[in-house]
Amino acid sequence: MSALNTAPCKSPADLQERVAAALFREAEAIANRATKVTEEEDSRALRYLERKLDDFLTSRRTGFLLMTALLAFIFWLTLVGTNYPSEALARLFSWGEKQILAFLGGLNAPLWLQGILVEGIYRTVSWVVAVMLPPMAIFFSLFALLEDVGYLPRVAFNLDRLFRATGAHGKQALTMAMGFGCNAVGVTACRIIEAPRERLLAILTNVFTPCNGRLPTLMALAALFAGGGLAASLLLCALVLGGCAITLGVCYLLSRTFLKGLPSYFVLELPPFRKPQVGRVLLRSLLDRTALVLVRAVTVAAPAGALLWVLSASGLAAKAAAALDPLARVMGLDGFILLAFVLGWPANEIVLPVLLACYLSAGTMVEAESLAGLKAVLEEHGWTHLTALCYMLFSLLHFPCGTTLVTIYRETGSLRWVCWAVLIPLATACLACTLVAQLARALGLVTSLFT
Amino acid sequence: MTFPQDNRPKTDGVVALVGNPNTGKSTIFNALTGLKQHTGNWPGKTVSIARGTFRVGAQKYLLVDLPGTYSLRAGSPEEKITRDFLLSGRPHVTVVVADAGRLERNLYLVLQVLEITGKVVVCLNMLDDARRRGICVDVRALEEELGVPVVAAAARQGLGLQELKGKIDALARGEISVCPRRVKYDPDIEEQLAFMSGTRWLALEALLGQQKPGEGSWVERFKYCPV
Repeated sequence: MSALNTAPCKSPADLQERVAAALFREAEAIANRATKVTEEEDSRALRYLERKLDDFLTSRRTGFLLMTALLAFIFWLTLVGTNYPSEALARLFSWGEKQILAFLGGLNAPLWLQGILVEGIYRTVSWVVAVMLPPMAIFFSLFALLEDVGYLPRVAFNLDRLFRATGAHGKQALTMAMGFGCNAVGVTACRIIEAPRERLLAILTNVFTPCNGRLPTLMALAALFAGGGLAASLLLCALVLGGCAITLGVCYLLSRTFLKGLPSYFVLELPPFRKPQVGRVLLRSLLDRTALVLVRAVTVAAPAGALLWVLSASGLAAKAAAALDPLARVMGLDGFILLAFVLGWPANEIVLPVLLACYLSAGTMVEAESLAGLKAVLEEHGWTHLTALCYMLFSLLHFPCGTTLVTIYRETGSLRWVCWAVLIPLATACLACTLVAQLARALGLVTSLFT
Repeated sequence: MTFPQDNRPKTDGVVALVGNPNTGKSTIFNALTGLKQHTGNWPGKTVSIARGTFRVGAQKYLLVDLPGTYSLRAGSPEEKITRDFLLSGRPHVTVVVADAGRLERNLYLVLQVLEITGKVVVCLNMLDDARRRGICVDVRALEEELGVPVVAAAARQGLGLQELKGKIDALARGEISVCPRRVKYDPDIEEQLAFMSGTRWLALEALLGQQKPGEGSWVERFKYCPV
């Protein structure tokens, strides 16, 4: 109720209060006359149950534990569920590739055209669809269900204390939840935070939440890196929580340097739990995600694939990678990985496909038809556990994609903040990767990824 | 010199959709317009204004989904957007979506809207949820109290939407007469209000000194607002 009493009390504060009080009295009187609360056994039990459930979900002791467990469970379901459709899609695309090659061969098409069309465009697009689509569709369907039930505001409630301690706004948890779907959407959602300072904090740190362009990549690598489904889901959970921790840390630093100030007061309403409309939510989320992936595959991945083929065919890609290599080695990566992140700047979905294309054109041709194929390609290029971990860290923490930066510019209206939005995550990513790589090397922890 | 073109779709009326956060406004918006705005079960979800059209018979209406707000008088951006639209966008009909299970808090906003415009349909949403929790709302009694049409609905189940459309249409065409509830303020406030012209809302705004210096006074900007 206190939300209603936060009207700015300027000169005639007393008048305002009296007006608000009169409105309240009237609203109360009308509500009382028009509603009847029945004291039936089951409805009272339901109200009691709702209250108990909320106590459980938002208590200091169980709230966090439950949140983490739920996240891990969702990741596990996604990882388990992804395998089959991913393999099926990969097989389908590989079959399609043979058909196209046969067709082009029949037409006597020049080799460079075959290269651009098949090795450039077709492979990149098929990777984006085969690797990204299944985990995205599953994860976001589950996430949409949680949202429909009304769990997200409880998460915000749980995290509020932490955010406030760092000088940020409690509603930032909601914007981060939106960031899972897409950081550009998350940045737009920051409008729900009214205070400009806290809004800026939320905008600048939203990128530390892995979006749907990065989450599937993280999942694929976690599946390879950590082995079993349970270990992989725990690793993913640790990564996401790590992202949260870094968000909090950056907020803490920023609100003590550039963005000084105290968190403003707000009221977070816990909406009622609702029975989710399972069928409708799943269908909608599935269709939305599929449409999104397909549109992105055509608009971003296809041109990027073509460009990349030209770059590799002309030897530019290898040169650029060689130039980046020394820097990348310090961070536990290699030159091609950094190049892929730079080339994948328009959309995070294409970073891994671009990397694979780079590897494939640089070395011997390995057919990357499935996760097993991915394994082989990475193995070929000397990936270790450490490379995979650093790749995941870099992917989690690096600069926002093009769309998100445009959105940040639109929301803040200032190029200065856009620069910070690039520099802060980039510095964080470089720092984290360097730390992990140097530490692991110093301790002699480097092992081959696929031993 | 040419005037900037009015690029609003040609419609027979503008309908504004307001309400507390998380009362199912976007669900109603989607159901009426057939558009697919994202809906979510948390407050503050609508961050931009969505527009769509729907038909009732031969009439075509433009529906505007405004951000959820608890009040029209405090200072948050959502409240400003909603208030500005009601005052200057001059919707022909305003639908206030209210959560039947939290009537009291929702009525606070309804009463404020009634001070701006009487052309209001109250959509009493989530009746099914309320009933499950043992809360029954007497729609007729509420209608009598408020003096404007009240429609019972459970938008997620698609219930009550036809009636809502019908009421909007009837109100827009002047087939329903309304007698909006007026809140009685303290005698001294009422005395001062009696001397002022314009809508009750603007008179109150002037009295409360809500306008910020330099922004141009509210009363001036909305002098020609329909009563």
